[in-house]
Amino acid sequence: MDQFTVKVFVRLRPSVLDPAGEATKSASIKLGAEGIKSLRIGKMIEVKIEGNGENEVREKIDLLCDRLFANTVIEDYEYSLEKL
Amino acid sequence: MDNFTVGVVVFPGSNCDRDVSWALEGCLDIRTKYLWHESSDLSDVDAIVLPGGFSYGDYLRCGAIARFSPLINALDDFVKSGRRVLGICNGFQILTESGFLPGALTTNKNLNFICDDVELDIVSSKGGWFNDGVEKQTIKLPIAHGEGRYHCDSDTLKKLVDNELISLRYKNNPNGSSFDIAGITNEKGNVLGLMPHPERACDETIGGTDGLFTLKSLIFN
Repeated sequence: MDQFTVKVFVRLRPSVLDPAGEATKSASIKLGAEGIKSLRIGKMIEVKIEGNGENEVREKIDLLCDRLFANTVIEDYEYSLEKL
Repeated sequence: MDNFTVGVVVFPGSNCDRDVSWALEGCLDIRTKYLWHESSDLSDVDAIVLPGGFSYGDYLRCGAIARFSPLINALDDFVKSGRRVLGICNGFQILTESGFLPGALTTNKNLNFICDDVELDIVSSKGGWFNDGVEKQTIKLPIAHGEGRYHCDSDTLKKLVDNELISLRYKNNPNGSSFDIAGITNEKGNVLGLMPHPERACDETIGGTDGLFTLKSLIFN
């Protein structure tokens, strides 16, 4: 069995308003940071998982992302995978 | 209808289950039965309410974990049989997460947890959940949520409008919901999800009775 660390990033779709991101952007500007054009908040989920090769693990992660980690009505996801 | 029994689902973190039961039993004399989320036997209930609260702590997203409970898995056959399911607040979030209703509910536009009475227009009485008599096209119900902003894509919105699936719209949209949507039904009309709390408006002493009709309509076929 191969071991992998997978980092999943879940973000609100670009068309969905992110009020928490807007509030944080506003605070960032108050802090004095200049040049911020956009600030969006998402989630990072780190999974340690084992399986027979990368393809099998990708299948499992795809299922998890699509059915649980993200609500694809409002969120997009992407992930990176590192073999341990 | 003497034996008609409404199942009130209890998830870890539900906090309106007793309110719903009180409103049904105390105000409407309708029998209720609490259903623990791990139960998948729905044979002895005739309708189901998914109450408000914070099921499973609302971890990940509101309603996202509840969707995988044995009870929600059993709900598919229950809905297909035509029996009625009412999702209130967190219950509405669970119904969208589990695909019984389209769209999603996410963070209020102003980031506030809003606890207030709101005026609502009855847009459609599909499924008979609302009294759409001439004299009562607007009702007042309490809301209490931080994540009640209804969102769907434009194709879904068109489908909702074209098929008269939008039951309730806010008069003064408090949370940024698309098209002011406060409640929708499925196409058959036997599943209703709404963010306002009808169970909190069932007695004049607590501010109104505009929620009575919706709870009473659980016994309609």
